Amino acid sequence: MTVIPVEKKVLSENQRIAASLRDRFEDHGTLCLNLISSPGSGKTTLLEQTLGGFRPEERVAVLTGDLQTENDAKRLARYGFPVQQITTGGVCHLDGKMIERALERWSLDAIDLLFIENVGNLVCPSSYDLGEEAKIVLLSVTEGEDKPLKYPSIFAKSELLVLTKVDLLPHVPFKMEEARANARLVHPGIEILELSCATGQGLEEWRTCLSRRRETALQRICAARA
Amino acid sequence: MHEIGIANSIIEAGQTEAARVAGSKLVRVGIRIGALAGVDCDALRFALTALTQGTELDDVDFEIQSCPRRNRCLDCDEVFVTALYSDPCSRCGSETSVLVGGEELDLAYVEVEEP
Ligand SMILES: [Zn+2]
Repeated sequence: MTVIPVEKKVLSENQRIAASLRDRFEDHGTLCLNLISSPGSGKTTLLEQTLGGFRPEERVAVLTGDLQTENDAKRLARYGFPVQQITTGGVCHLDGKMIERALERWSLDAIDLLFIENVGNLVCPSSYDLGEEAKIVLLSVTEGEDKPLKYPSIFAKSELLVLTKVDLLPHVPFKMEEARANARLVHPGIEILELSCATGQGLEEWRTCLSRRRETALQRICAARA
Repeated sequence: MHEIGIANSIIEAGQTEAARVAGSKLVRVGIRIGALAGVDCDALRFALTALTQGTELDDVDFEIQSCPRRNRCLDCDEVFVTALYSDPCSRCGSETSVLVGGEELDLAYVEVEEP
């Protein structure tokens, strides 16, 4: 018997692809954001509101992942920006290869801001790097405020937590302060936004946050090239 | 259940590593799973068994080592296991520490039988 030490990441193949995607995003100055949440937390609705707020000449695109259907892509395509559905056929997350394949159909030269809407799931997507600039996790007030403690990995890896459907707060037992505290326990530096697509509350902050991220990313890319 | 995808990656990686010793037979694969890796070890074990049953890898032994979340104290440098997110340092009691371990999803080793 021979023991061969390996010491490799199990998902090293995905990480290799993610690193090459990250290089490509950097080269083209594309800001890529990976949106993750449980099913029904409002990722598609938030993206609809977001796309609706861009001017037609802005260079925005969306890759949306789903287990089976193409409904999300249809909803998002109405805003006139390029949208592609990645149907995973039962796989509960998007991986680097799926993103690479989808991008074969687009030129990153024409995309400044790329949203990836991951499959509705708080567990699996957290293990797969897609070369994104940042992961953004959504949590709706119709879920439990203990979700950050139950699924620490995704909250620890996300730079921004968006608490959605806050217009429903009077009708649900969700404890906002506890949710924020739980998220901060897992990830002390996490940025937190509260918003409601129904009333528009928080959407302005969300847009500001997007443009700030885009600016920071551009500055970093320019500094690296200089 | 993404444990199936991860199990697939483990099996493939194990076979690739074993193939470096020509003609050898894979007998054991050592894996390290961190508490924050987002992997359910029971589900992973189940997936590994389900995927290898009835194949040539049927009797490969998959050894899963769970790795707890570890923080390093910013005041005294002690590395300590922490179950909660805000445990104070086990040596000096300081409450400022940073995550240094617990995200492992590693293939640690393979054991092969040589021809
Ligand atoms: Zn200490």
